[in-house]
Parts: sequence; structure tokens; C-alpha cells
Amino acid sequence: MLESNKDSAKLDAMKRIVGMIAKGKNASELFPAVVKNVASKNIEIKKLVYVYLVRYAEEQQDLALLSISTFQRALKDPNQLIRASALRVLSSIRVPIIVPIMMLAIKEASADLSPYVRKNAAHAIQKLYSLDPDQKEMLIEVIEKLLKDKSTLVAGSVVMAFEEVCPDRIDLIHKNYRKLCNLLVDVEEWGQVVIIHMLTRYARTQFVSPWKEDDGLEDNEKNFYESDDEQKEKTDQKKKPYTMDPDHRLLIRNTKPLLQSRNAAVVMAVAQLYWHISPKSEAGIISKSLVRLLRSNREVQYIVLQNIATMSIQRKGLFEPYLKSFYVRSTDPTMIKTLKLEILTNLANEANISTLLREFQTYVKSQDKQFAAATIQTIGRCATNISEVTDTCLNGLVCLLSNRDEIVVAESVVVIKKLLQMQPVQHGEIIKHMAKLLDSITVPVARASILWLIGENCERVPVIAPDVLRKMAKSFTNEDDLVKLQILNLAAKLYLTNSKQTKLLTQYILNLGKYDQNYDIRDRTRFIRQLIVPNEKSGALSKYAKKIFLAQKPAPLLESPFKDRDHFQLGTLSHTLNTKATGYLELSNWPEVAPDPSVRDVEVVELAKELIPAGKAKKENPAKKFYSESEEEEESSDSSSDSESESGSESGEEGDSSEDSSEDSSSEQDSESGSESKGENKRTAKRNSKIKEESDSEDGEKENEKSKTSNSSNAESSSIEESSSDSESESESESEIESESRKVTKEREKKTKQDRNPLAKDISLLDLDDFNPVSTPVALPTPALSPSLIADLEGLNLSTSSSVISVSTPVFVPMKTHVLLHRMSGKGLAAHYFFPRQPCIFGDKMVSVQITLNNTTDQKIANIHIGEKKLPIGMQIHVFNPIESLEPEGSITVSMGIDFCDSTQTASFQLCTKDDCFNVNIQPPVGELLLPVAMSEKDFKKEQACLSALHLLSKPRNANRNE
Amino acid sequence: MIHSLFLINCSGDIFLEKHWKSVVSQSVCDYFFEAQEKAADVENVPPVISTPHHYLISIYRDKLFFVSVIQTEVPPLFDYFGECSEAAIKDNVVIVYELLEEMLDNGFPLATESNILKELIKPPTILRSVVNSITGSSNVGDTLPTGQLSNIPWRRAGVKYTNNEAYFDVVEEIDAIIDKSGATVFAEIQGVIDACIKLSGMPDLSLSFMNPRLLDDVSFHPCIRFKRWESERVLSFIPPDGNFRLISYRVSSQNLVAIPVYVKHSISFKENSSAGRFDITIGPKQNMGKTIEGITVTVHMPKVVLNMNLTPTQGSYTFDPVTKVLTWDVGKITPQKLPSLKGLVNLQSGAPKPEENPSLNIQFRIQQLAISGLKVNRLDMYGEKYKPFKGVKYVTKAGKFQVRT
Repeated sequence: MLESNKDSAKLDAMKRIVGMIAKGKNASELFPAVVKNVASKNIEIKKLVYVYLVRYAEEQQDLALLSISTFQRALKDPNQLIRASALRVLSSIRVPIIVPIMMLAIKEASADLSPYVRKNAAHAIQKLYSLDPDQKEMLIEVIEKLLKDKSTLVAGSVVMAFEEVCPDRIDLIHKNYRKLCNLLVDVEEWGQVVIIHMLTRYARTQFVSPWKEDDGLEDNEKNFYESDDEQKEKTDQKKKPYTMDPDHRLLIRNTKPLLQSRNAAVVMAVAQLYWHISPKSEAGIISKSLVRLLRSNREVQYIVLQNIATMSIQRKGLFEPYLKSFYVRSTDPTMIKTLKLEILTNLANEANISTLLREFQTYVKSQDKQFAAATIQTIGRCATNISEVTDTCLNGLVCLLSNRDEIVVAESVVVIKKLLQMQPVQHGEIIKHMAKLLDSITVPVARASILWLIGENCERVPVIAPDVLRKMAKSFTNEDDLVKLQILNLAAKLYLTNSKQTKLLTQYILNLGKYDQNYDIRDRTRFIRQLIVPNEKSGALSKYAKKIFLAQKPAPLLESPFKDRDHFQLGTLSHTLNTKATGYLELSNWPEVAPDPSVRDVEVVELAKELIPAGKAKKENPAKKFYSESEEEEESSDSSSDSESESGSESGEEGDSSEDSSEDSSSEQDSESGSESKGENKRTAKRNSKIKEESDSEDGEKENEKSKTSNSSNAESSSIEESSSDSESESESESEIESESRKVTKEREKKTKQDRNPLAKDISLLDLDDFNPVSTPVALPTPALSPSLIADLEGLNLSTSSSVISVSTPVFVPMKTHVLLHRMSGKGLAAHYFFPRQPCIFGDKMVSVQITLNNTTDQKIANIHIGEKKLPIGMQIHVFNPIESLEPEGSITVSMGIDFCDSTQTASFQLCTKDDCFNVNIQPPVGELLLPVAMSEKDFKKEQACLSALHLLSKPRNANRNE
Repeated sequence: MIHSLFLINCSGDIFLEKHWKSVVSQSVCDYFFEAQEKAADVENVPPVISTPHHYLISIYRDKLFFVSVIQTEVPPLFDYFGECSEAAIKDNVVIVYELLEEMLDNGFPLATESNILKELIKPPTILRSVVNSITGSSNVGDTLPTGQLSNIPWRRAGVKYTNNEAYFDVVEEIDAIIDKSGATVFAEIQGVIDACIKLSGMPDLSLSFMNPRLLDDVSFHPCIRFKRWESERVLSFIPPDGNFRLISYRVSSQNLVAIPVYVKHSISFKENSSAGRFDITIGPKQNMGKTIEGITVTVHMPKVVLNMNLTPTQGSYTFDPVTKVLTWDVGKITPQKLPSLKGLVNLQSGAPKPEENPSLNIQFRIQQLAISGLKVNRLDMYGEKYKPFKGVKYVTKAGKFQVRT
């Protein structure tokens, strides 16, 4: 028929063939005849041929190749559906030879205009990957491209491909995270499930746990997405109440409507998302939806109940209001019943236990004995968990002992045994009762339990115990192995406590045990005999026999079988099976600490890049934030290595910067003078020197010479100052550190000489294009600490990440110096100062000032230092360290920090040498008080709006920058 | 994802198989049969079975097992649902076969293992394909999924009707457990609104309720705009074409649920004799002036019951000695003469008497009443010019209504 000319005949034939396939019959011998029809014009025949091909192509690879060209042609068909189906079949044919063709087709299709074809391309990716994992790299590229796709149709499929091919490449998601969150509601349902699962994993790796603080207390979540927030977060952790990261929040908010989805899989996925990543206080809303799912089919119920069982162990409160929904109906299948019981047990507490027990009473009578037994166990667990009802439960269970059903009785015995074990109170009556039951019960576990109980409490029931042993000795040979072992145990215990009555009996039982068929029992017999029957050979152990046998046994813990499941992600196959299934992806723990900065920085760049095309107003903020915070970060990390805690200064600073809505205010503070403690300054300086050690100094040698000369020339003048004390200037913790920091500073100075200049060059090389070339030569002869610091910082940033961040490198550093002390008035000591326009290393409120001291005399000037200071209130100076001596014609440059308190008031102080004191003063121009910040006009306006009060100030700042 | 799908009927024959990846031999199902044998009742077959190489997920519907074979980790629910909705459409084996056949025929939903499910859950597509398969029409152009490509995936473009109608069925089900003494242990109302919309073009409907606050927990068809519900408690949507479930909701169990019937029962088995008494009477309670119809009582008798000898005052009863299920079809209740079922129970001689009395499952129906008091206020249509014919119907039914005795 396949050869027929008529389409209808062909169609009929194909239908029959497909029917055969469906029934599992082999139709492969028809392959050649079928393949011929692949080029059929009739779409229906074509589709049937496709079905056939997909089924048998793997078996007959050579023949399947005949059809490939048809698919290739179809791939260029104007109809998107034909293109899609061709791609689908092409990728379903598992013939390794055509891998390159498939790859090509996928690539083309991923750029197709129709989202439908792109969706199919995403599906094809998985198929190709399973056929040939070597293509992974190429496929990841395609996935990356498709992830950027805006169509909701594609999103689900491509995320599925992502999960299948490269679930560990979480970095591909960063850029698409927000988009996915926002599209989520519109994606089709199965896509939603996949995306939600993926986002759950993503959130677990990228956000900090919202659970630490708020355990039921409040909503102080602190989560972050990518580094801009992360660093804000860093600040947050130290200071104020936290707000949840907007992106984390975004995810949680966008998934909420999906809880109302009609698709149970989606609801379950959202529930597990909430469970795993939302703050505990918000997870409550999922319970309602999950309870709703309980109305659906039994398979759904089964899965949902399993998940609820796991959840209810950890958070009882979540499902407590729905307690009644878990009441068991007699028509439920057993597995559902037991799961419901499990949940009821988990939910049991003092308040609801009485109603629950009443409910359990009905269950115990159930016809389903398996379920009844489970109920008894449940009662036992409730009894142990809630001490108030232990007695009630026990009484109830004892009543059950008179039940006619064996399984029920046996189960009760076992549970009672456990309960009694837990309460070594006198329960002689119950034990007696149970001893009587021995006659009737046949279930071995129950008999063994009774025997064990009697043995354990043989001293409390002295009359019965030997009698029981007698009975058991009679029936020993017919007992189950389990029971036999317990008989031996009982005999041994009785022998030890009541040897008069039971000696013979025990001997008899031991003899019986000796010839038992089971080697376990023979072993036990031999062991017990050696242990308890005194003979000459028995060693020291037999003395302790009584202790060994009658030791206090710890009570067993009745635990939920669902306890160990919580390490599996909810709603996964592994969770259901309680074993790790192939392909299960472990849900990572929350990151304990923020991921290391370099990783984050990369993210920042990505984020920034992503944001800029998106035209978001936030554009520059992350970058700026990043910069200033990173500085803090370094500070904090460095300071932590120092012995002193700088909590005061640090937190003050943090407080300012973090609470401030405008990012640049914090960076501004870097250059402005402020009320920072000197202690901090020194530490910063120290840190500075440390950093310098790391920097390379190859290029610096030339400069080194220069600076040395200047050093020597200034030595004299600086030494002059040394003589006067620096008492006034000291503020807080200085004294302790002073001596230490002096040394350090000296070291630092040496090192600084070596590197600062090359670093300055670095800046010029790496910085913005419009960096004024003139500034470089200017900066060189006036070496200072702060440029090198900033260079270091800059260098760090550059090494780790972003050249986008261009914040506080001054575009232009003026060469203009101001005379501090004329050589005539300074008796040959000349001093000039200039503002290097770098953030001051001594404190972020200070302005750094570089002073170049020249000895114009022909003799050394010794001990140059800063003497008495006459400062307006609030103003502070961080002095340079005294210079021991300055050679004739030598010059030295020192750096100091002055906090001008944002004013242009004059800072007056004495510059002292060994012999003289000279009154000098520095008055800053307004522009020098500000830190240059690069920002777009838009951002500037935004910031300006934020700082309405300050905006007079911010204008000149801007102007300054644009010089 | 799903490797293969086997359809197995209750006698254990694999009558249909479908492989998406490489072929898995039928012998996989042996594991399933093993588990099936272990479980006494068909209902008790574990849904997930793990075998050395595969995991079997089984779904039991309408006396059919869908066994899907998977190899790797999947969120289990993922698989279930597509097939559930699919199964809901299948009334009997013939149509199942036709449908699957048609799926293969159209080839369309076979995009990938999961895609097939995604496609299937779109009710219109399936309905159409079923119709196609039955009528034998093979106009292929139609089988192309128009929904996929329009921007509203659930509605076809270019729908035309001569009579434009929109019907809504508010169906509420009472789930309840009533204990021996007649006190309500647990009661809850589950409701759905099923819609049958036959409107031309792209209508935009909004449905408002008199008392939307009643609805405690709602799940929506994807067409409903969630935002409007959040803010105004109005259901606003562009409906799919044809029959679909608009919302399903739950009225919280905190609200008192009026139980419309009461049952008097006395079932007793005598010790050491082979007989027992059986007596149930059903009466109406708080029926709000509506008659209760379609009452059916189903009792799963204990295994020791051999036969029952009963006389109903109304309706008819059947007892199946194999499954031990007693069904009493009562019909309408008239308050003047309460229906009752009395008689003797024959027990297996010698067996101990059953310790628990069987519980009664009751079905009933009340027309024109939504027991929760939910009322549709109005339905407005925007976007199209014609005036549709609108109708709302209320039904209250017993859901899982169980009386313990």
C-alpha cells in the first residue's frame, strides 16, 4: 500500500504501521518503504512517517540518513510549524553521524524569527546533548543566546535545556534573573515549574539566608543579589535593620500569584520555593494552597502529603490550622492514610492532642489493619512527645491489648514496651497483664517484647517472672528465633536476680539453646552460659554479669520516618523516594559569607552592562556604591587584622555612608576633613604600607632616587619640628599606637618612595581617556602617600574588576603650590603645600595636604615637626611624623590630613624645628574640600534631587570634576 | 524526563506503549506488576517505584494504569498532571486509544517528552483532536495549534458562533466526616465554577460576586487576571473557547457548614452468630427549601459479611458479595416519609465479628443552591458588540461525605 499512488491508501498504511508501533510490535522491516514517503506532500502522511522515523531511526542508521536532506529542506520552509517539526524530528533521530547537521540546525533555529521555532531549538538542545555530550560548549553558547530571549514561549524550554545541559553555569542566569522573574507569570505552566526550580537553586547560591535573624521574630531579612546589594548588605549587617534584597523580594513576590495556579505541579514548585528561600514568616501562605491540593487525585495527594510531612516536622505551626484536613477517611488508600497519620502526629501538641486521640480511637478500629497498626505506633509517638497524655495513651493501649485482632495487640505490645521503657515507673500491673497475654499472642515481635519487658522488670514482678520462664521453657523449641533470643535473655536475667528458683530452668533453656538450629541462638547460649554460670574458667567478666544484663537501657526515641528527608529538595523525586536519584541537584546551603570579592566584581560589571542598555536610571549607582564600599571593605578587613578594634570610628563611618541615600556623600567624606580619630588614621596608614609591600617597584627606581634626594633635603627642616610636643593634637587612642605607628610610618615612607610614582603612572595609563597628561609630571615631583593609596585602591580594583568605575581619580591635579613658609621667614626652611586631591588616608573626612619642605641653608635642620595647633572647634589635623633631619639643599615631602569641617576656615599651627617655631596657616579653597566623582548628568540630577539642601554644594563639586 | 509511557489495563496487559528516547523493553513493567501483586487493592499500588535502572511512576485512572518510565531526577508532580488532565478526558479504552493514536497522528504534541504534556493540558487542542479522530476528518491545517502562536495561548483566533452564550455552573461539594453520634468532625466546602463559553471574537468578561469574601482559597484558570482579583475581587478574563474550569475555591472550614442530611443508623453484629442487623434512615436537615435528590449510600462492608437481606422503603439496593460493597440508591427525600433500609446481614460462620462498623459514604445533590451562599452578581462583557446569553446554575453535591458508624 505504501507504494500506492493514492494518498489515502498510504495514509491508511501508515496508520496501521503506527498502530503496530503503539502495540509494541516490531515494524522495522518496513523501514525502507516508509522512508521513501518522507518527502510526501501530504502533511498527515509526513507526520506519520516522522513518528515512524523517530522510533526506528536508531536501529537503521544508514537508511535514516536518506531522509536527512528532506529535513534540511524543511528547515527552510516558510511555515514556522514545518520548520519546527523538521527540527524536532531531526533532533529526535538518534544518529550520531548527523550531530554536526543538528548543531547547525539548532544554531539557525535559535535565531529564527518565530518564537515557536526557537522553543523547539531549545528542546533540541537537550536532545543533542544526550546524544553527544561533547557538544556541550557550543550548546551552552546557544543556551546563553536563548536565555536572552524575551518570549515567554521560549523561556521555559530554554531553562529546561539549561538545567539539562549545564545546571552549574549559574553565571549565565545573572543577566536574565530579573527578566525571568518578571516573565514567570506568563510562561506556560510546565515552563513555570522548571523555572521555579531553577530559580530556587539560584537564590540559594546568590542570596544570604533570610532565616538567621528572623526565626519567627521579625522580617529582618538580609539578602542580596549581586554585589551592589551585597556590599550594601555588608554594611547592613553591621548596622541597621535590614531590608530584603530587592531581587530576592522580586522573586518571592512574582511567584506568589502562582500559588493559585490550577496546576498542582506549579503550586508545589512555588511551595518548595517558599519553603527553601523565603523568610520563615512568609512561608505560611503556602500551606493553604498545599491543603487545597489534597482534594485532587491520589497520586497528587501522595506527593503533597509527603512534602507536607517533611515540612510539618520542622515547622508545626504552618499546618496546624488545617489539622482537620488531614483527618483520615476510610476510603483513602492505605498509603495516603499512613501519610496523613504521620502529619497528624507531627502536628500534635498539648492543645489538640485530646481531639487527636479521639480521632485516633476511631482509626484504631479501622478494618485496614495495617493502618490500625500504624495508628497505634502514632499513639505511642504522641505519648512520648507530649508527656501530659502519656498515661492516657498507655491506658488506651492497654485496653487495646484485649482486642481480638492479633496485629493490633502485637503492635500495642510493642508500643507499650517502648513506652514503659521510657518511663521506668512502676507499671507492674501492665506487665502482669501482658504476661498473661503471652498465652494468646502469637506474633513473634510482640512475644519477644513481652519477654524483654518481664526480664527487664523481673524484680518488680518476682512471682510471675519465673512462671513465665517455665512456660516459655516448655514451648522453647516451637518459638520464633526472635522469641528464643529473648527467652535466653530472660533466663539469664532471672538467673542473676533470682537464681534459687530459676537455676534449673535456666540450665534447661541453655541446653535447649545449645542445640538449636540457628547459629545465632547457639552463639548467644554459649555466651550467656560463660557469662553467668560460675565456673573456674570464667574470667573477670562474670562478676559484672549482673551489671551487663541489668544495666539501664536508654529509652528508644520514637521518631518520624520523615526526619531524614529534609535534606532533599522538596518536590523532587529524590525526596519522594528518600534516595538520591540520578541527576538530582543538591540544593546548596545559603552562602555563609559573602562570596569573594573578585567573583562579585565580575557580576557588577555584568550588571552594569546589562543595566545600561536597559536604560535604567540606576546605571551608575552600583558602580559608585561599589567603589566606596569596597574601600570600606578593605579598611575593615585590614583593620581587623590590626590588634586594635576600631569599632568606634568604623561604625561611625559606616553609619554615615550606609544610611545616606546618596552614594557619593560617603565618598565625599573620604576627602573632606572630619572628626576621625587619629588612631584610625594611623592604622590606615599602616595598612597603606602593607598594601605597598605588595605593589611592584620595578619602575619606581628612578623615582626612588628623586624622592630620596627630596627626603634628604627636607630632613633638616623636619627635624626642627620634632622638638615641640604633639600633645595637643592627640585625641583618642593615639598614645598607645603612637610609638608603633611612627616606626611604621617610617617604613612606609621608605616604601612609598619606591612605588608611589609608578603607581601614579599606572593611573594615567589605565584611567580615563581624558586624563590630563599634564597632571602626571606634576604628580611625580610631589610624591605623596595618598596618591599611592588611591593608586593601590585603583590597582586593586583594576586587577579584580572594573575599569567602569572611575570615581575618585582626579581628572586634573593642579600643579599650583601654596607657600606655607617662606625661606626668609623660616630661617632657611621653606615649606610649600598643595592639595593632591586624593582621598586622605588618615580619615575619610580629612583633606590630604602635601607639604614639601626645603632646606635652603647650608646646615642640617633637625627635628622638623608640627607644634602647637590653633584650630577652630571641630577641626583636626593629622600631623606628619617628625622629620629627624633635613640635609642642606635637601627637600622632603610629607603628607598630612586636615579635617576642615567642611569650612574654609584657616588651620593654623606651628611648624617647628629644633630651634625655632614658625606660625603657619593653611586655608583651603572650597574646591579642595570635595572629592571628585564621575557621574552621568542624569545621575547627577538624581543625586541633586536627593540632596536638595546640599545642592549648592554639589554643583561646584561637579564643576571641579569637569575641569 | 519521561522515557516511555505504557498503558496497562486492569487485567495487566500492556496495550499501548510509546517511547520518547530510546526504546525501553516491556519487561520494565514486570516490576510494576510485582508491586501491583503485593498490594491487595488497586488503589494501594505505590505511585513511585524504583527499579535498578529506572523509576516507574504510575497513575491510576479509570481502571487504567499509566506507567511512565524515567531515568533521572524529575519533580514528580511534573509528570503527573499532564496525564491527569489527559486521563480526565478518557472515558473508556477505545477513546484513549484513539486519542493517543491521534496524538501520534498529528505528531504535534510530541515535541519533547515534557512538551507532550504541556500540549495535552490545553483542553481545546485535545477536544479538537478527539473530535477529529472520531469523525475521521483529516483536515490537517486545523490540527496546527493555533493557540501556540497567538498572544493569548488559551484562545483560538477567529471563533464564530451564531448564538453567543456564556454559562456558568457553580458546583459546590461538601466534604464532611460525621461521627457516630451525628456530630460533625470535619466539614468543608469545595467549589468550582465551570464555564461553558461560546462567544465569538475576543470577548473580555468580568464576573463579580455578591459575597466574594467567602472564598477562602482560590485557584484560577490562567486566563484570569490575578491583579484585578487581588484588588477588586472581580474575575476578569478573556475566556478560552468551550468548556473549561474557571476557578476552584474552598470555603474555609472555620465557617459553619450546614449539613443538609442526617443519617440514623444502627448496625450491629452479634457475637458468635452468623447474623447481624442493619438499619439506616436518612432524613433532610436544613435543606433551605430545596429538595435533596440523587441520594446514594455506599457502604464497604467488612470482609466477613456474606450476604445482606434488606428491604428498602424507597429506591433499590445492590450488594456485591465479591467487593462487599452495598449500594443503596435512594433518590429523592420526601420529608413525610423518610427512606430507610432495614434487614439482616449474613456473616461467615465461625469468623469473629467485625469490630468496626463500616462507614457510610453518601452522595446527594441539591439543585439551585450553593450551600456556601456564594452568589454571582453580574457578568459584563467588553470588547465585542453583540449581547451574549448568560446563565448561571448552582448545584450542591456531596463530596467526600462520610458517616462513621
